[in-house]
Order: sequence, then C-alpha cells, then structure tokens
Amino acid sequence: MTKIESINDFVVRFANVNGSGSASANNLFAKAIFRAGVPVSPKNIFPSNIQGLPTWYEVRINERGFLGRRGGVDMAVAVNGQTLNKDYQDLLPGGYFIYDSSKDLPDDFLRDDITVMGIPFTMLCNDEFKNPKLRQLLKNIIYVGALAFLLDMDFSILTDSITKQFQKKPKLAEPNIKALELGYNYANEHYSDACKLSIRPSDSVGDGILLDGNSAIGLGAVYAGATVSGWYPITPSTSVVEAFDRYSKKFRVEEDTGRYKVAIIQAEDELAAIGIVIGAAWNGARAFTATSGPGISLMGEFLGLAYFAEIPVVLVNIQRAGPSTGMPTRTQQADVLSCAYASHGDTKNVLLFPCDPKECFEFSADAFDLAERLQTPIIIMSDLDLGMNDHLCDPLEWDDKRLYDRGKVLSTEDLDNLKEKWGRYLDVDGDGICYRTYPGTHPTKGAYFTRGTSHNEYSAYTEESSTYLAGMERLMVKWDTAKSLIPTPRIKMRDPENGVGVIFYGTTTHSTYEAISRFSKKGLKINSLRIRSFPFQREVVDFINSHNTIFIIEQNRDAQLRTLLMAEDSISPAKMQSILNYDGLPITANFITNKINNLLAADEQLVAEGKGGVA
Amino acid sequence: MSFDRPKFRHPNQTKNAAGFSKQDYEGAMSTLCAGCGHDSATSGIIQACFELGIEPHRVAKISGIGCSSKTPAYFLSKSHGFNSVHGRMPSVATGANMANRDLLYIGISGDGDTASIGMGQFAHSLRRNLNLNYICMNNGCYGLTKGQDSATTDKGSSGKRGVPNPYTSIDLCELAIELGASYVARGFSGDKKQLVPLIKGAFAHSGLAFIDIISPCVTFNNTSTSTKSYEYVREHIEATNTFDFIPLQQEILAEYDEGTSQVVTMHDGSKIHLHKSDSTKSITDRLIAVNNLESEKAKGRLLTGLLYVNQEIRETHDIINSTHRPLNSLTEKDLCPGNAALQKINESLR
Repeated sequence: MTKIESINDFVVRFANVNGSGSASANNLFAKAIFRAGVPVSPKNIFPSNIQGLPTWYEVRINERGFLGRRGGVDMAVAVNGQTLNKDYQDLLPGGYFIYDSSKDLPDDFLRDDITVMGIPFTMLCNDEFKNPKLRQLLKNIIYVGALAFLLDMDFSILTDSITKQFQKKPKLAEPNIKALELGYNYANEHYSDACKLSIRPSDSVGDGILLDGNSAIGLGAVYAGATVSGWYPITPSTSVVEAFDRYSKKFRVEEDTGRYKVAIIQAEDELAAIGIVIGAAWNGARAFTATSGPGISLMGEFLGLAYFAEIPVVLVNIQRAGPSTGMPTRTQQADVLSCAYASHGDTKNVLLFPCDPKECFEFSADAFDLAERLQTPIIIMSDLDLGMNDHLCDPLEWDDKRLYDRGKVLSTEDLDNLKEKWGRYLDVDGDGICYRTYPGTHPTKGAYFTRGTSHNEYSAYTEESSTYLAGMERLMVKWDTAKSLIPTPRIKMRDPENGVGVIFYGTTTHSTYEAISRFSKKGLKINSLRIRSFPFQREVVDFINSHNTIFIIEQNRDAQLRTLLMAEDSISPAKMQSILNYDGLPITANFITNKINNLLAADEQLVAEGKGGVA
Repeated sequence: MSFDRPKFRHPNQTKNAAGFSKQDYEGAMSTLCAGCGHDSATSGIIQACFELGIEPHRVAKISGIGCSSKTPAYFLSKSHGFNSVHGRMPSVATGANMANRDLLYIGISGDGDTASIGMGQFAHSLRRNLNLNYICMNNGCYGLTKGQDSATTDKGSSGKRGVPNPYTSIDLCELAIELGASYVARGFSGDKKQLVPLIKGAFAHSGLAFIDIISPCVTFNNTSTSTKSYEYVREHIEATNTFDFIPLQQEILAEYDEGTSQVVTMHDGSKIHLHKSDSTKSITDRLIAVNNLESEKAKGRLLTGLLYVNQEIRETHDIINSTHRPLNSLTEKDLCPGNAALQKINESLR
C-alpha cells in the first residue's frame, strides 16, 4: 500500500453528529492551520436539523491557495457511528482513517489500501473527566490533539487558541488543554510514524483573514449606511441580518442617548420584509433584506413594484438547493433566472455575483450606491457555501474619503431652484434615470403619488398606450446605463491563441481556477471569464465571440446563466457547453477537470471523424 | 385617469391656525362612484387635517390596492403618496415610518385589503404598535372587481348579486383590540360629526390607531338586504359615547361637570373628553371594550365611536430603541465606522 504523502496539500473530513459540540473542536483545528500561515478552507456539510443527524466538516488545506473543494478525502476522522461505513468507503486509497476505538470496528471493514488508526476517544475521556457534559465536548478536543501529533502541527498554536478562547473562563481552558494532550500523547505512543501528511508553517496566508460571506455582507451594509432592515429567518440567509444586527449594536449606538442608529424589524414573512425595505427606501433610508430561494418567490410581486415604481432595493439572496423546500442546508446557484426576471410582466433585475467574503463586503456596500443611483432592485447572489462557511480572503478595506452615492435626489433648495416643471419619471439627463424626492422635503413642491400602475412622466395614472410604451422603453435605457456602473467581469487570457474559454461565477470560481491550473501544467492554457454582475457587459460578449468553444460552469441543473446569455445577448447555444454540478455540495476541482477533459475529448473525436467539432 | 380639482375658491375662505386653507388639504378629483362612502371618509380626513393645522407636506399617505386604496390621490395633494401592493400597506408604512419617524403616516386600506389578503400584515403592524393611522374603509364587498363578498360581509347579508353571504364575518375592531392595538375606533362615513374627532384623536395618538370606517358601496352593496347600506347602518348604529378632541395648547372652552366626563390624555398632550352623560361605556379596559362590541352585536346593533384606548403601549421605535432622529437624515459621519475600525475587525479574524 502506498500511503498518501503530502505537505500542506490535503483534505481532512470530520464525520460528526449534529449538536454534539464538534463545531468548536473542528474550528479549532482549521484555525490552527490558518494561524500556522497555511491556506485553509473548512466547509460544513450539515443537515436541516438541530440535533442528532450526521454532519461533516471538510477541511481543504492548500499551500498554493486553491481552496475550493478538491474532491476526495485523504484523512477521515470518523466519530459518527451512523456514517462510519460510508466514511470508511469514501476515503481515497492510501488515506488515513481515524476512529474511536473504544468500540471495535465491524468485521466487514476490510480495506487494505488505507491506514486505520484507532484511538479510544471515549475511554480516554471518561477516564480523565468526571463531568458528563464536559466529556461530550472534550472527546472532540482529544481528536484535535491527536491530529496535531499526526500532522506535525505546532502544539502551542492550539494551546494558545484555547487560552484565547477561554480568556474569561480560564478554568475551562485547563481541561481543554488536558484533552489536547491526551490525544497528542496517545497518537505519539501508538502511531508515531504512521502518517505521511503534515502541516508545515508557511507565510502563504500573509495578512489574509478567515471570514464567512454572510458576516461580510452584514458588515458591508453597516459600512454602506443601511439604516433599515426588514427580514424573515430562512436558512442560509439568517446570519446576514444577524451580523448586521451584531455590528450595528457595536457601531451604531448614539453616544448621548444610547439609542440605535438603525431599525431592524423581524417581519411576519418575506412579503412584509421586502415591503419594509421598499417603504424605507421610498422614504430616503438605505434599506435591505436577506433571504433565500423560497423568499425570492414570495417577494416576486413587490420586486415588480420596486422595478416599475423605481425604488432602490438591496436584496441579498443566499441561494440553497431547490426547488420548493429542496435541500435547505445544501448549496446551489439555482436562483439565477428567478432573480434576473423576478416578478410578473417584463421585469429585469440587476444581479451581483460575489466569489469570496471580501467581495461580499464590497458588493454589499456597492449595492446601496447602485440601488440609489439606478433606482431599482439590486440582488446580491451569494450561496450557502460562501455565506455560511469561513473562507480565506484578503483583509477588508474602506476608503474613509468614500461618500455614499445617494443618486438623483432633489433637496429643498434644488426644488426651489427648478426652472421647469418637475416630473418624477421625467428623463432629464437621457440616461433613463429620473430625479426623485423624499416625502416631507418641501412645503409645496416635489410631492407625487407613487404607484405600481402605469404612470406618465409626472407619476399620474394613465392607460394611454404610448405613454406606457415610452416608460417601458425608458426602463431599457436605464438598463443600458446599469451596464456602465456595475462590476465588470474578471478576464484571464492565458493564451490568446487558444479557442477554449470558460465562464463561471460566484463560488464556482475557486475550484475552476484549480482545474484551469491543472490544465496549464499540462500545457493547455484555458482562458477564463468570471461573471461578476448582470446585465452582461460588452466584455462578456466579446470574450465569447473570441473563442470557439465556451464551457459554462454552474451549480444548477438547468444551465441558468447559459440561458440568460442566450436570452439577453443572443449567444448561440451551440457555442456554449455546460458543466453542471447540482448535488447540493460545493463543486469540486476534480469534477470540473473531468468534465472539461471529457468535453475536449468528445470534441477531438468529432474532429477526427470529420464531423466538425468546435474546439 | 386622475383629474385635477378646479383651483378657483372664494377669496376669503377661512384659514386654520397654521395658515392653511381647506384647499391646501384637498387632492385630485375622485374617480369613485358618485355617492361612494369613501369620498365622505376622505373629506373627514381633510377636515381633521385642516382643523389640526397639520402641515400637508409632513404627511405620508400609503395604501394597498382597491377602491379605498385609491383615495390617497383624493386628499392632501401636497403630501407624498404610495399606492403599493394589495394587502401590503402595513409593511410599506412600517418601512417608511422606520426611515423617518417625524412624519405623520396615514395608511389607507379596505376590507378586502385588510381582512383577507392583508390580514397578516394588519395583525403584525398592530402587534408592533407602529405609529400609524390605519384607516380601513369598510364596505363589506370587493368594489373594483364588481361586488364579491369580503371577509367583513355579515353572515346573511347580500349585495347586488343577491346571494346571502354564508360565512361568518370578521370584526376588525374586535380583532384589533385582541391583537394589542392601542387606539381602536369605528366610524360611519355618513356621520362626519363623529368621524372627524375620531381621526383627530388617532393623529394625536402615538402608536397604531385603527379606525374602521363603515363606508357603503353605492354600486354593489347598498341594497335593502345588505348590512352595510346607508339605510341599515343609520338604523342600527350605536355609539360608545360622544366626545370632544382637544388638541394640545388649545384652551378648553367647554365646561365639564365633575363626574360627567372621562379624560384621556394622549402622548402629545392632547386630550379626549368623553361625555359620560350619554353613555357609560368604558374604553380603557380591553376586556370591557370587547364586551361592549359583542353585547351590541348580540342586540343587532353596530357599535361605533372610540372603542378602546391604551396610552401605555410603546410604539415600534421605542420598542426597538431607535434614535429620535429620522434615520433618513443620517450621513456617513453618523453611520460609517471607518477604516480604523475595519482593521480591528480584520485583526480579530486572524
């Protein structure tokens, strides 16, 4: 048997029981690797359940910073009896299987291509600790101690983390450190030379931070000056507003009164949540809500109102696996179409696709400027993987000179100085964006009646066809203006002569870059374009036109972004081949590599047979 | 279509203390049916605003969808208005109020808009005690879709369609009291003398003031078999009490004999003097307030007037402890923590 050997490049998967306190132990492990300067990304794969069902924690360690899922597991820490067999079978040949040997492995566990290491976590724990509640938690810490030995980790990083974590309760630090030592010593005594995986301190992390996307969005909203949020709890979006609330309580306290410079309302449903946002934005506050797929469906009618009455709305969609209730705790990018065209009638919404927490922070802040500049809903398209997992990213930055772009809003003075008659929907500048007023601004000027029914340039109700048409066409002028304001795609031309290009967005980015680098190593330099927003800009169409074959990589079944490219930019479907992962788990570099290989091979086959082929 | 009202007025028309004439509170011409109860309700709102000397531009009018929800176009044309989505006036009003607590919010809804599609939002705006004047123009039918029964149509009542309603009706006032409302009243669009003080009291109230205005639909529900016709309501109306609304800073001119009146002081210092002489119904006890409604109903009577007041319940802003300043007036300086704070956050994430 050849053991997997690697320094700073492997995958460890913990198999736990939900609600058993494993999360903090697993975090401790990931954070220790991060603090050793080695790039790491942990992913929770968890059930829609609070206690008792299987949950996994997959840690990707990669010196070169490829932190999307790779595929395959090199080391399994299996402490959940329910999934023991699956965890055992899923391990890669040459891998390492660590289990709680307080109970023997079943007789049919007969693989001879892996290294099995039994450590009696329960027995060690019960011998040492008397408190039954602590036992459960410390059992998890023991395996972290064992891993520290097996992976040659610097033990002091772990003990320092524990000390820091229990700064206010030093009495609790003591048994935790003891548990670490128990695991460490047991592994040292029994498996001193068994493991060929190791963590070597590095400076690859640099000044990077480890943060989840939802916290970054919530923080971005604080920095952007959002003051009103209506929301309704739904996994996996809940932690966006919770973060907004947490940071607001820290940064938005009025010194003299102790009152908050924010209004956060937990609404009765998603309809009310978006209604609150629309009411607040109409009245001149920066407002937002966060939800997931089912919430988007419920908000449909209101989104159409915001589009047609031209009200700035910031909506965060943390996508999960659909349809219907789907898999609420699994990830997907399957709301692209439902968001792009949310609501009845001809509606189109601006979408932003962040790929890491830093971009979540930036797009969150930018979304408020865009919404107010464009007077339309802006939807931030994150997903469960980005939102709820910690990701390594560059440190967040804020330019203190930055001013909020409140868009075209008339003040009392502006209204006094107006020469012509003001109309709420009068396109004075020719960019499709009109001037608005906040209620209460001026005693006699600037009042208007906002409505979702068709209206003329002065916001009066009309069913006159020509007026309606002019309004709908002006909205398309605004749509074009949007293209010049929203984030541009990130293009990497590795070989301008190569006719193969890939397009992707959001959390598909990281695994795709890893797959591309594998092809580069073999001499095939694939060009890439990362979509960052919708509507698509000229650069996207040009990129597609300058390649023979485009692979579009997405995490949904129906190739939704590809459909959007066909619909909005008349791209020929024959030109765009899909690579689709929609099993609810984050896409892997192995999956993408295999798919690209297969598609290229099939294409070569066609060429060889003289049947054309596009590459 | 909307039509502007003729601008011509008598040159010597009276002005209120704030210097506004009645005309300053009017809106576009109504496009509702001639004789619609909603137009009388609208005129009640105009009268209340005029008498209180409210600055028209400091009012925001928000409505849902339906005949009633069209009315914000017909009053206070110098105020911003928002005709939103069916049944969702309360959430839009909630957002608007959160953004700027300094304006006076008038929410207009109807019985379909409130008692059916908007029941959830109605309930939760009450629960949160949003500082909103929630006016439901209740005609017991769906007017814009031509006369279907609504959830407030009384059992057995029939409109122009001639089919008696087989379902139990919802009493919005009773429900409002049970859901924790802090000001609940019922008026009749045909009785402006009673309606105007009810609206004025609502404006002075801090928190959610709910007024159910029975407002007959002349086209679809003014039949001899309807319980929401002008005739039926006039014959069956019962009032809790008559009262005077005395705004803050206004001298009390009437003389009240001791023991004959009950005084309710509103948050802004205004007072409501309830005349006990013509009625003995208590309106500050929730249980009694519900009983009053039920016992009159049992007698086949419709209780109107101020039904319940509670000045102890905090409004939403005070519940969530938000700043006294309008949130929409805050700037970068108030809101953005700055880069130095962000670098500290970065440090905590390493």
